[in-house]
Amino acid sequence: MIAVHFFASIRETLGVEHKTFDLPADVKTVEQLVTFLASQHGDSWADVLGKGSVMVAVNHEMADRSASLQAGDEVAFFPPVTGG
Amino acid sequence: MKISIQQSDFSVAQETQLLRDSNVNVGAIVTFSGLVRDLDNERKVESLILEHYPGMTESSLEKIIAEAQDRWSVLDVTVIHRIGELHAGEQIVFVAVASLHRGEAFSACEFIMDYLKTRAPFWKKCRDENGESWVEAKTTDEDASARW
Repeated sequence: MIAVHFFASIRETLGVEHKTFDLPADVKTVEQLVTFLASQHGDSWADVLGKGSVMVAVNHEMADRSASLQAGDEVAFFPPVTGG
Repeated sequence: MKISIQQSDFSVAQETQLLRDSNVNVGAIVTFSGLVRDLDNERKVESLILEHYPGMTESSLEKIIAEAQDRWSVLDVTVIHRIGELHAGEQIVFVAVASLHRGEAFSACEFIMDYLKTRAPFWKKCRDENGESWVEAKTTDEDASARW
């Protein structure tokens, strides 16, 4: 299983807060996860999640698109942070 | 070290007192309070709605504080960040650093705040007379963070 969370404007645009599913064998990186999600949900997901400004965290650590994934990971997609 | 993500308000006086009591060697306490401004790009702000990523928020703040402790001789740190809906004039964020001398406390406090702005997973939505819109990240915050 893999858990994917979406925050702030990303969550609102996609209309999804989180998803949990079996990680397909051919999804080994964040980049491949985005491709997989777009194949399931349509090109609008590729547009939203593919944007360079979208930040990614894997298991609560900031990560880049080449970060490797394995079953049990928690991945999050969110816009640049605006706290403080 | 204290990290709190909370809906409720906080008392600067009470938090400062806790730092005074935490260590007899404290010679300096620098505090920063962030407030909700009533104007943003000349538009009147009714409120901000703050959300965060539970779990990652706390771990990212722990990392930021640990990095400050590596760089400066710091005795204790408190970071409080409020979430939920906050109105103009309300307190949003509090960072306090206790140290032996003022220099370390000033630097560490500013560093923690600059890093919090660009690395801690919080997002603000602005509610005004035109409705609601997500606040965009500022390049000036990125610049402030990059200078450390």
